[in-house]
Amino acid sequence: MSNFLSSSIGKKTVMALTGLFLCVFLVEHLYGNLLLYANDGGAAFIEYSHTLVHSILIRSIEVVLFIAIIVHVVQAVYLTKQNSDARPVKYSVNKVNETSTWFSRNMGITGSFILFFIVVHLYHYFVPYRIMDTVGGPGQINVAQAVKIGLQDPVYAGFYFFSVCLLAFHLNHGFQGAFQTLGLSNKRYAPFLKMAGTGFAVLMFVGFASFPVLFYFGLAGGTF
Amino acid sequence: MNLTLKVWRQKNSKEAGNFSTYQVNDITPDMSFLELFDVLNERLIAKGEEPVAFDHDCREGICGMCSMFINGRAHGPWQGTTTCQLHMRAFNDGDTIVVEPWRAAGFPVLKDLVVDRSAFDRVIAAGGFVSANTGNAQDANCLPVPKPDADDAFAAAACIGCGACVAACKNSSAMLFVSAKVSQLALLPQGQVERESRALNMVKQMDEEGFGSCTLTGSCEAACPKEISLENIARLNREYLMANLKKGLF
Ligand code: HEM
Ligand code: SF4
Ligand code: FES
Repeated sequence: MSNFLSSSIGKKTVMALTGLFLCVFLVEHLYGNLLLYANDGGAAFIEYSHTLVHSILIRSIEVVLFIAIIVHVVQAVYLTKQNSDARPVKYSVNKVNETSTWFSRNMGITGSFILFFIVVHLYHYFVPYRIMDTVGGPGQINVAQAVKIGLQDPVYAGFYFFSVCLLAFHLNHGFQGAFQTLGLSNKRYAPFLKMAGTGFAVLMFVGFASFPVLFYFGLAGGTF
Repeated sequence: MNLTLKVWRQKNSKEAGNFSTYQVNDITPDMSFLELFDVLNERLIAKGEEPVAFDHDCREGICGMCSMFINGRAHGPWQGTTTCQLHMRAFNDGDTIVVEPWRAAGFPVLKDLVVDRSAFDRVIAAGGFVSANTGNAQDANCLPVPKPDADDAFAAAACIGCGACVAACKNSSAMLFVSAKVSQLALLPQGQVERESRALNMVKQMDEEGFGSCTLTGSCEAACPKEISLENIARLNREYLMANLKKGLF
């Protein structure tokens, strides 16, 4: 490994780049999900998922996406371990809450939960649709119906909602942090980046949290 | 004021330490925190006990020696203040005050509250200098420096190497210190010759000393007695990335 990639700053640079890539993916994913609200019997959403599956470009980006998640997680585990080793004896009194935010101190916890969610989420939707072929074929429920059925389960809807909260917490610190890590910040930009990070987190929260809420309470998906 | 002190006592770097509790009475609010320890130590010596070892030198907030983690905060509760400039009026009569050494793998405890900060010296030795002979003081107009750069360099140069940033950071990261030292030279003409090698070597040494990485919690900036800005860390990241790009990433 080159000196850069094995250095602390190099590792953080990789985290920041993969993190921002995942942020772009979130926007794309949210756009796709919003098609569920088209009130057209799920046609737009089904058409959209169909297009994704059959585009070579999208399939390649999907591979990059999986790699990005794995790299982000591997670096996260490594950095979190290294950071914890950097203080072998802990303080007996540490008012770190007076000098930093909860979001910034718990990226490992929010991230781990997101990882757990991603695994469950893939098992729930990706596996039946793309691997087992039990969704979306002739005589089977379509992808829109699969979403609706999943989110009508109170446990899954609750889990989904909670995960979106933690995702927003992760983004609230992570988004602006990535720019700082990449050196794209200074005194003048920092306050705007912070606002943009919180704004992005809120936007992702409102967008993604709407699915479990609206589907669970029967306010969406009436046409499929 | 009458206070209860819980102080970390540790014989040497090998043995495990623990807290000792001392009742210290008749302290005046205008004493500095180090004077509190002077009084405590005089009384301990009078009783034939081992005084508490703690670091100090200038006692005017400029040397960076007085490392103490006081009630969960590096250098205590006041913003932009070293322990020697912290005064007892920051506390109330009857308070219990917990005093610990800096805790970081990069700063091993030598005795009681004294830690070994030579890791910082090794980071500086790795590149925190200008080796070009700059000769006598130049005529100011010979070396034009934009005012904003001069101001930023000056602000970064205020770092006294106290290590509060490491002590306060949840990762024991030395990024604020290293970024201040890299920034002060990267911003000035004299620092240009070694600009890239400096960033590369100082970061390498920082990593080797066992400090953590930066999660941007901002605890360092909040704890820094010289209020060194987090913006320096962004600059260090930039310097390091650019130096690596020029050198070749692979
Ligand atoms: C959609 C999913 C995710 C997105 C959009 C995302 C985004 C980000 C971003 C932008 C950062 C900031 C990078 C920086 O500070 O420079 C970050 C940091 C981090 N992420 Fe994620 N992340 C995601 C998933 C995960 C997962 C699954 C983990 C698993 C453990 C994780 C763990 C972390 C940790 C620990 C950090 C902080 C690293 C540090 O500063 O020390 N993230 N993330
Ligand atoms: S950056 Fe601030 S806290 Fe860190 S060593 Fe320098 S003066 Fe001390
Ligand atoms: S003793 Fe010099 S800064 Fe406190």
